[in-house]
Amino acid sequence: MKTSRRFQLLDIFYIIMMILPLAIGMVIQILTKPLSEGITLTGARIFFTIPMPLQDFYITESQINSLLVTVTILFFCLYMVHGLNERVQLKRQHFAELIVQSVDKLVVENMGEYFKGYAPFIIAMLALSAFSSLSSLIGLFPPTSDINVVGGWAILVFILITYYKMKCGPLYYLKSFTEPIALLAPINFLSEFATPISMSFRHYGNILSGTVISTLLAVGLSGLSSMILGWLPGVLGNISWLRVGIPAVLSIYFDVFSGCLQAFIFAMLTMMNVSGAFPMDEYFERKQKKQAKKQLA
Amino acid sequence: MELAIGLILGACALGAGMAMIAGIGPGIGEGNAVAKACEAIGRQPECKGDVTTTMLMGCAIAETTGLYALVIAILLIFVAPNILVNILVNTMKSL
Repeated sequence: MKTSRRFQLLDIFYIIMMILPLAIGMVIQILTKPLSEGITLTGARIFFTIPMPLQDFYITESQINSLLVTVTILFFCLYMVHGLNERVQLKRQHFAELIVQSVDKLVVENMGEYFKGYAPFIIAMLALSAFSSLSSLIGLFPPTSDINVVGGWAILVFILITYYKMKCGPLYYLKSFTEPIALLAPINFLSEFATPISMSFRHYGNILSGTVISTLLAVGLSGLSSMILGWLPGVLGNISWLRVGIPAVLSIYFDVFSGCLQAFIFAMLTMMNVSGAFPMDEYFERKQKKQAKKQLA
Repeated sequence: MELAIGLILGACALGAGMAMIAGIGPGIGEGNAVAKACEAIGRQPECKGDVTTTMLMGCAIAETTGLYALVIAILLIFVAPNILVNILVNTMKSL
């Protein structure tokens, strides 16, 4: 298809804006990481702090990186839907339609017809989580290996769950704690908080364990290569040759596979928890009763 | 003082190692899940996709207890020694 010059320029702008945030992240990483550090296992580095009354508010690497990833996803979406037409003219439209249709199907399959409007939320969560985990491929600090980021998402899901449990009124919600017997109320109350904790720990633990193992492997390989190949003259002896290529094999599992799988699982659990929290039969029964009352009055 | 710091570090490392004993459970559980999934696929190869998705979900949920242990072990190795040593130093100063 012939495209106008303006269209092409806009395309190029979108692609540049897609790559630019990641490049900014890499530049920040290079500028702020002290050279002497070597291979160390640290949490998110703190860039600056904003003084707050209760506790200082830290702006860390993970926040900056997740914002950058968000911008990348935004421009990726804009690029995908650019030139959307009823008569398909661009190849990327097929891809965009495939994504939207499959997510719609997934949501309807797992949550039911009532929650069909949740598809954008689910795909946003999935994309954010997957891209955040994958950002470690280009050397950025993956925001998902910080519990604060994943914990925030889990709290969001927890609020959604509570909202849907409260749909039939707060009294019905409080009554649901005494199921099956009133004696179990404290345990039910505790298990309410177990959901966000387990969701956040699962995602964060998986990504963090990958980081820990990769770092251990990197340290071990550099030690091994200095032991075996340390006799090479000059600069050649200082380069850890064994670290070329071998960690990439582990990275396929720990960064690519595990990151994508955890994103999918987080989205699936969100869907299941939210749709499971909604007492659908009770809600529609009450709605019908209300309507009947209105019609009588 | 050095002895106390050494004791703290050693106890943290020992605790982390003991916490990771919990890794046995998810290992057995996931192995069971995957074995059953393989059996199911062998019996009905046409529903491979569904079985694989369900298996991955189940594995992720079975993994949770192991990950709790992992988080505790990581906290014990990277976070707890600093805090405990700081507390020790502060109390020694105040004495």
